[in-house]
Amino acid sequence: MNRRYFLSVIAAIPFAISSASLVAQDTSITVASTTSTEQSGLFGHILPLFKKASGIDVKVVALGTGQALDVGRRGDADVVFVHDQAAEEKFVADGFGVKRIAVMYNDFVLIGPSDDPAKAAGRDVVAGLKAVYNGKSAFVSRSDKSGTHAAELRYWKQASLDPASEKASWYRETGSGMGPALNTAAAMNAYILADRGTWLAFKNRQSLKVVVEGDTKLFNQYGVMLVNPAKHAHVKKDAGQKFIDWLVSVDGQAAIASYKIGGEHLFFPNAAK
Amino acid sequence: MIAEAASQALSLIVSFDANVMAVVALSLQVSGLATLIGAMIALPLAAWVAQTRSRVREPIVVLLNASMGLPPVIVGLVVYLLLSRTGPMGSLGWLFTPSGMTFAQVILITPIVAALARQVLEDADQEYGDLFRSLALSRWQSLCALLYETRFSLLVLLLAGFGRAIAEVGAVMMVGGNIAGHTRVMTTAIALETSKGELALALALGLILIAIVLAINVFAHFAKLYLRRRYA
Amino acid sequence: MLEATQATATIANLESVSLVQNGVAILRDLSLSVRTGEHIALLGANGAGKTSLLRTIHGLTIATSGRVEAPVASEQAMLFQKPSLLRRSTLDNVAFALEARGHSRRGALSAARDALDRCGLYAFADRYARTLSGGEQQKLALARAMILQPKLLLADEPTASLAPRAVFEVEQLIDELCSASTTLVIATHNRGQAKRLATRIVFMSEGCIVEDTSSAEFFSNPVSQEAIEYLNVERV
Repeated sequence: MNRRYFLSVIAAIPFAISSASLVAQDTSITVASTTSTEQSGLFGHILPLFKKASGIDVKVVALGTGQALDVGRRGDADVVFVHDQAAEEKFVADGFGVKRIAVMYNDFVLIGPSDDPAKAAGRDVVAGLKAVYNGKSAFVSRSDKSGTHAAELRYWKQASLDPASEKASWYRETGSGMGPALNTAAAMNAYILADRGTWLAFKNRQSLKVVVEGDTKLFNQYGVMLVNPAKHAHVKKDAGQKFIDWLVSVDGQAAIASYKIGGEHLFFPNAAK
Repeated sequence: MIAEAASQALSLIVSFDANVMAVVALSLQVSGLATLIGAMIALPLAAWVAQTRSRVREPIVVLLNASMGLPPVIVGLVVYLLLSRTGPMGSLGWLFTPSGMTFAQVILITPIVAALARQVLEDADQEYGDLFRSLALSRWQSLCALLYETRFSLLVLLLAGFGRAIAEVGAVMMVGGNIAGHTRVMTTAIALETSKGELALALALGLILIAIVLAINVFAHFAKLYLRRRYA
Repeated sequence: MLEATQATATIANLESVSLVQNGVAILRDLSLSVRTGEHIALLGANGAGKTSLLRTIHGLTIATSGRVEAPVASEQAMLFQKPSLLRRSTLDNVAFALEARGHSRRGALSAARDALDRCGLYAFADRYARTLSGGEQQKLALARAMILQPKLLLADEPTASLAPRAVFEVEQLIDELCSASTTLVIATHNRGQAKRLATRIVFMSEGCIVEDTSSAEFFSNPVSQEAIEYLNVERV
């Protein structure tokens, strides 16, 4: 091997790397979303329908709501689809998103051991958490700035309790996504707040079951935003807007409504007409 | 659970499950390419360090040895920030693409291959240095000859690098984003299935990953034996 | 007459050469003149500086002070105590030396075959070099050195770790290949070998040349105390 040949090989490296992205096409957008929408299987259900309607490929990066919003802030996604209204409104107010549009909702459920040692069962999530607190029963918190984590903190606040800053030994902060946190809760036989979609799709339940559900406070709204092209010129605003328009269209809303696991609906479309 | 996973793994392989095959192919493509590129950077670098008497030699050796322990998540985070649209390499548009994942893995395995290769080449230089100088080889010639003389050891090193790359989850997860059908590789798929509580499926994918790594090593082993036997 | 003029020409010349390594004086103010066509044996106890002297002439070690004149690298070859053989076939080991000099692969291979033939290694051409016996390995190293047709061959105890039979074969091969026009400087502990291969003896002790005389003179009539002791010890 002579020197010139060798150097030409070195020079070819960047091309070799970029040719690795064989799938990269212009008709695709990147959506930063939450683990709940991805892991519940919703995207697997609706994206093929959108692709058929529009020809656009949607690449979903599933993260916690906090990180998904950060990806949007950096301009690394075209659309952000998350569930933490306060954080979303701030995102738009700061100029990173064009407009927040409500798409659908599902609800949170309080999960716990089937023998419910804390006697948390009922229809009131705040009362349930108080019971967990008083019983010092093991509780797993996402602690990852996700939408679910934000909701959990909201409920503790409504109960005027703060186990996180008390560093209570029964309060376990895992800092992980919904699925891993559920796995941890299943292994520890602990209470945990989860979104219904991920819970229904979750397979490793062991002896966990739903303890509290149906409380109006457990309502979990999902919103979608186009990342502001004024901040990030490369944002594919046309394709991204098409996706958002489709989500709130009759077809898109019907697609969301038609996703079921074991006969149960996971998400309920509620886009403003 | 293990029996269930094994039978599931087998049925995924036998049925040639399209999703699984695509994930396997991407794993091989990203990690294979990263190993190849890593080798093209690491081996000349190692050969140079092994032979040089430059003053920067010792700092480089220490740096290479230390960076063998680079945690994939840190590499993932740094590459993520580099490739992010607001980062210095943002204009490449490599975040959440296989190119970005390859780039991260190149950074991850280049120091490993370089550090280990340097030791191998330095030992070989001890053995052959006098001979090469006696035969009046140019620096370039002796560099190539050293690489050739250590080819069997270097092959093992490359396999180690490839093994680290294909088994790594932190960097590809952060940089690739685990996008279905686009940047999902074996390890991120396993992490995802574990998240979903699909432990048997996760384990089945794990078994397939192990089987692939094993198959590649078996192949390399016999290739090496064959090459040796030609001279024995 | 031509031979006479050649014999007086100097092929290598060292003038007050000193070598200090890690604070230890290895060669001390050493001067040596090697004339073209001479066959010299370097004798002396371990650590006397024989290897360092050869390496200094060959350019593998740079003298701390003094002047070293020697042929350019391409006109010299060196035989090491351990024949460092490449992980290739016997044939490729020899061809390697020529290819490094820019010969075509084809030309190198055919010349290498001839060289192996001369050294009695033709049958091993396709064997992995490292599976050869010790004596065969050193013969191979010699073939690799001689294919470059060096004017000066430096040999550093090439038979030190060989069995008696192999010592004889390698020695004979050196004798055959080093014709009258090749200058040979060989370091050895084997007095018989020194007598058989060399006409001039350079005896070293502690980095200095203590005696430099004809072979016949050295063995029959050593002058220095060191040489007398060395020869006595060897006899015991």
